[in-house]
Amino acid sequence: MNRLFRTLNKTALVKAAIAAVLVVIMVLIGSRNLQYFDPALIAYLIGTVFAVFGIAYRYSVWIQRPPTRLYWRRSMQFLFSRHFIPYFLRSIRLFFRNIMFQRFLAYRGRTRWIGHFLLATGCVLAFAITIPLTFGWIHFILKPGDDITYYTYVFGFEAGSFALGSTLAFIAFHGLVWCSVLVTAGVVIMMKRRLTNGGLIATQGFENDWLPLILLMAISLTGLGISYDYTFLGGKTYQFMAVTHAITVILFLVWLPFGKFFHIFQRLAQLGANLYKKEGSRRGMAVCPHTKKAFASQTHVDDLKKITRELDFDFSKEDGTSHLDLSPEGKRSALARAHFRARQESGHFFG
Amino acid sequence: MPATDYNQEMAFFVDMQRCIGCHACEMACAECETNGQESMIHVNYVNRAESVQTTVQVCMHCEDPACANVCPADAIHKDDFGVVHSANTSRCIGCSNCVLACPFGVPKKMEEAELMMKCNMCYDRTSAGKKPMCATVCPSQALFYGTREEIERMRPDSVPVNSFKFGKQEVNTKVSIMMPKGTHQLIVE
Repeated sequence: MNRLFRTLNKTALVKAAIAAVLVVIMVLIGSRNLQYFDPALIAYLIGTVFAVFGIAYRYSVWIQRPPTRLYWRRSMQFLFSRHFIPYFLRSIRLFFRNIMFQRFLAYRGRTRWIGHFLLATGCVLAFAITIPLTFGWIHFILKPGDDITYYTYVFGFEAGSFALGSTLAFIAFHGLVWCSVLVTAGVVIMMKRRLTNGGLIATQGFENDWLPLILLMAISLTGLGISYDYTFLGGKTYQFMAVTHAITVILFLVWLPFGKFFHIFQRLAQLGANLYKKEGSRRGMAVCPHTKKAFASQTHVDDLKKITRELDFDFSKEDGTSHLDLSPEGKRSALARAHFRARQESGHFFG
Repeated sequence: MPATDYNQEMAFFVDMQRCIGCHACEMACAECETNGQESMIHVNYVNRAESVQTTVQVCMHCEDPACANVCPADAIHKDDFGVVHSANTSRCIGCSNCVLACPFGVPKKMEEAELMMKCNMCYDRTSAGKKPMCATVCPSQALFYGTREEIERMRPDSVPVNSFKFGKQEVNTKVSIMMPKGTHQLIVE
């Protein structure tokens, strides 16, 4: 326990605490001092606050690593430059293309993309529904004298209404059912890949590859169970369904900062990497002394020289140049030439 | 999940002077199931204007991999067998840091897929006690996978070397390169 406290990252701890407190403040504001907060959801709220704390802590530790810190700083520097408008628009476009639609996954495999898209969309929609409900930001009421119209309140302000029994009501009240269907379909596709792809079978692990899928499946099925119960069983198994669903969701929330799901937050760095590449190529490309071809931005090569030094790697040469000035092909050729010379000097190329 | 049966007695030995540029290893590499039909091995002319010499490059699986150190997404890891794995697909953000930092010029960036991929010594095969695809098809044994005793018997005038110097940086690897007897390190200038 002492070791745990000794190794705590103070900067991350402060940021995580601020993030958690902000969530609580937002809950108090959004629910009008807990007036519209649903006490039945208290366990979900505690799980969410813990998840926010954990994610903020891990994210903060993560961006303190030299290469990540550099990417973070460069991304901010390039975004808030005189090219702000084109870079901002580019980032928005890539946010929808690569984060919301995960289009880059289509180039890793079409079925994989479809599976992941279903999973991710189901999860994002479910979060968009459950977080405002859990935080008390949104609630529905019937007004006196009108028992067929449901009024929606957001942050305590009336934001719309719809008739009970209408198509809109059916779609809205079954929102999480649709999410569960999407997630379940996605999980089945991803599980099939993991059961049949030889490469995945060789490299996968339980904790990082199977557990997330099992957990998502459990959340979806127990969630569907609640709906099934009140639609077809008259609420007879409600207690069981509600408790098992709460357990799976809270496990998911508590595990969010530690396991595979953290990649959801890391993925945003892809936008920064894209901006870095774009601005780097605008500033000028590095030309390989061996192939005489441009292979990366000079900014990238120079930054990597700094990062490698910071990480105790020193690829610099006596003549002031660096092994990192070479392109990948140039490095392979340099190695082959050194090997050739060593063989030549020994007098034997083979044997 | 199948049990891992990694044979630690077996090792990878490379001798690029024996490479005849036939590209058989490239074709075989694409059969490795962990690569998804992408070839990860590199075969290229060393200096086409002067010589027909080709060179072949697999991942050398460094003891302290520069690629993993410079990865901003913690996507590259070395396992207990010393195998440095291809980027974790859920984490890799396609920044190319590893591509540019690897002193051997090994990782490849798949542009559209925003993913780094590299040789993981055919982990689907080596973890089951089999040889990597490239080493099974190399006709000149520029790529050889076997025991140290086997390679010493086959190449009595050579010695496996797994220490390199790039600039001021010493790099030690799991994969060895065949060098003249008495050599302890390959210095790349």
